Amino acid sequence: MRLWKTILAAAVLALATGSPTFAARTDLVIGIPLEPPHLDPTAGAAAAIDEVLYANVFEGLTRIGQNGEVLPDLAESWTISDDGKTYTFKLHSGVKFHDGADFSADDVKFSLDRARADNSVNAQKALFAEIDKVEIVDPATVKVTLKNPQGSFLYNMGWGDAVIVSPKSADTNKEKPVGTGPFKFQSWSKGSSITLVKSDHYWGTPASLDKVEFRIVPDAAAYVPALLSGDIQAFPFFDPESLAQVKDDPRFKVVIGSTEGETILSINNKKPPFDKLQVRQAISYALDRKAIIDGASAGLGLPIGSHMSPANKDYVDLTGRYPHDIAKAKELLKEAGLENGFKATLKLPPPGYARLGGEIIASELRDVGINLEIIPVEWAQWLDQVFTKKDYDLTIVSHTEPNDIDIYSRKDYYFNYDNPTFDRVIADLNLTSDEAKRKELLAQAQKILADDAVVGFLYELPKVGVWDAKLQGLWENAPIQANDLTKVKWGE
Amino acid sequence: MTAYLLKRFAIALATLVLASMVVFAVLEILPGDPARLMLGMNASADQVELLRNQMGLNAPLAWRYLHWAGGLLSLDFGRSYTYSVPVLDLVRERLAVSLPLALIALALSTIIAIPVGLFSASRRGRAGDTVAMGAAQLGVAVPNFWFALMLIYVFAVWLRLVPAGGFPGWGAGIWPAAKSLMLPAVALALPQAAILARVTRSALIEVLNEDYIRTARAKGLPYRAVLWRHALRNAMIPVLTILGLQFAFLLAGTIIIENVFYLPGLGRLVFQAITQRDLIVVESVVMLLVAAVIAVNLVVDLSYAVVDPRLRSRQ
Repeated sequence: MRLWKTILAAAVLALATGSPTFAARTDLVIGIPLEPPHLDPTAGAAAAIDEVLYANVFEGLTRIGQNGEVLPDLAESWTISDDGKTYTFKLHSGVKFHDGADFSADDVKFSLDRARADNSVNAQKALFAEIDKVEIVDPATVKVTLKNPQGSFLYNMGWGDAVIVSPKSADTNKEKPVGTGPFKFQSWSKGSSITLVKSDHYWGTPASLDKVEFRIVPDAAAYVPALLSGDIQAFPFFDPESLAQVKDDPRFKVVIGSTEGETILSINNKKPPFDKLQVRQAISYALDRKAIIDGASAGLGLPIGSHMSPANKDYVDLTGRYPHDIAKAKELLKEAGLENGFKATLKLPPPGYARLGGEIIASELRDVGINLEIIPVEWAQWLDQVFTKKDYDLTIVSHTEPNDIDIYSRKDYYFNYDNPTFDRVIADLNLTSDEAKRKELLAQAQKILADDAVVGFLYELPKVGVWDAKLQGLWENAPIQANDLTKVKWGE
Repeated sequence: MTAYLLKRFAIALATLVLASMVVFAVLEILPGDPARLMLGMNASADQVELLRNQMGLNAPLAWRYLHWAGGLLSLDFGRSYTYSVPVLDLVRERLAVSLPLALIALALSTIIAIPVGLFSASRRGRAGDTVAMGAAQLGVAVPNFWFALMLIYVFAVWLRLVPAGGFPGWGAGIWPAAKSLMLPAVALALPQAAILARVTRSALIEVLNEDYIRTARAKGLPYRAVLWRHALRNAMIPVLTILGLQFAFLLAGTIIIENVFYLPGLGRLVFQAITQRDLIVVESVVMLLVAAVIAVNLVVDLSYAVVDPRLRSRQ
């Protein structure tokens, strides 16, 4: 028995001496739920790519700040011609890529031309559609001429898909990304983690952290133990359902911010009976947004009445347009000749907001006589059947791209919505750079969508971040899906 | 014996060919387009088409099958659509986690199960047997992700003896890597041990009722010797069968445990490849697993002959 105890004690000691102690920390381990398929932000739509590389490894002419504002980045300043068609960018000098190559106007021209080329597989190619030509004035000056004035051009150039790459490394960025940012890529252990280290030759304010590891944690059940054990110090995109376990723990900070994710009950506007306005309005009246937010998002997230984030400066509050009113919904269905209700399908992609929200919505619509059959689908299936083939009645999805109200004017988009008045507003908006006029047009656009009850507007997806209480500088909001680490440091 | 072996190999080969066709066909009908998945919701249909062409997805079905199957013959497993690296490299990285994990779990499960089975069978119906089999019943019933989480809370969060998850890679040293595999191995081994203990017990009980056991006892052999030399050896066939099945399961069916411990194992590679429609990875990894299962079955079949000489002479 004595022997056993000795062996056990020795074993415990041997195991325990593995954990190091920290002085002033300069390292950070961040948990992310999905692994990026590759590491080139200019060649894929996966948010996970930007979550690792945006602002850290790659930089663009402009960049988006944590409140959605446009900031100068590789371009230190710019001038816009009076007709709004010519942008002249003055570039920072002394900038180097991580492989030692000098950054100059050539790289800007190369990157923009590559993104808009015929054979480009840039996932946001539309951002570059208005560019007519890119000219090099001198090594530190680039002139971009647009086909038409475009109010959102500077914002567009701040997307992860518009970062500047070097012609030397453009083809190998997927495996070994080379940018100009404050961090450089060190290693990628597939399925496990991606490590960045501080770049020694950064042109701007150097980062405080020396080493950052992005660890892939696919299961939300593992978030809490990973934080509690200290293995991972930050989850910028935490699971709202697990918040109860950490929210009263003084060792952690829980930060609730905004995103650009409009979570909506998408409706196939051409498929009977959803082609009738009364039916779509009836659905809007039947929805109880508060119950949906409570059930699908742990009570977090702001209700929306149209396709715009409440955090956006051009937001108009239209949540009162369709209050939760079962009698009104039934009346509208009766007007549409459907007083006995009808059956439809609801296809739900994997995220929690869709699967949990779908159950609640199905029960709410049942109260007005609409019986939904719930069909869970994978993302690949959703993209194929719902998004591409438009083979659906209703579905729930969060549109996470910023400033994307124009999707309702896109031809052949999966909503099957077609309203020439709305299209004209968006066309005008695209040609307008005057802030006041843009605000007015955006208000009109929001109102038309609400009046037409194009989809069921639910709520803005919250950004729930949990990290070590001593950690400072992580983004509170997510105007774009990114983890900007340029200002992150450890405090006392 | 040679005829027996030849027949076994022929069956294995036919199974492989058939499996390759089924795997390929099933993944073909699966809805979803890897190109659209990569480009997301804002890309135009033309762009998706362009990427499909670049990925070689627009080639005729038969040509793609023959190209892939032909590659397999020369051990060329193709390149991943999403990662754009050779599939074999991906598999090798993942096997560095999954193979040791499966072997440790299997060893643990055997070390626990065989003695428990022996103990229970020899004390059939008595208190010890009831307790042991009750525990085994619990082991089968408890969901392994829950058990895994409990292990994490005790050994990683509370005692801080091992990391809560993740895998530092063998490059970080044998000890740190092995440490990160400990809890997953225990979480995997326990339910397997519970099943194996029950199988061992019932196989032994059946054998212990045989006439030759009574004869062995009657000629004066001690009970212990009878149990180990005569009974256990004859009870080995069902035990080996289960062990073979368990190994195949542990190699790739451990996705839940890999997720809870965020280990970069083979199960997660396949799962991720399916969600991303990285068909070439799914197809090739599934084929490798089919080959592994067939190989394990072959080994199990051959080991029957080792433990039971009658099977040898019959051939």
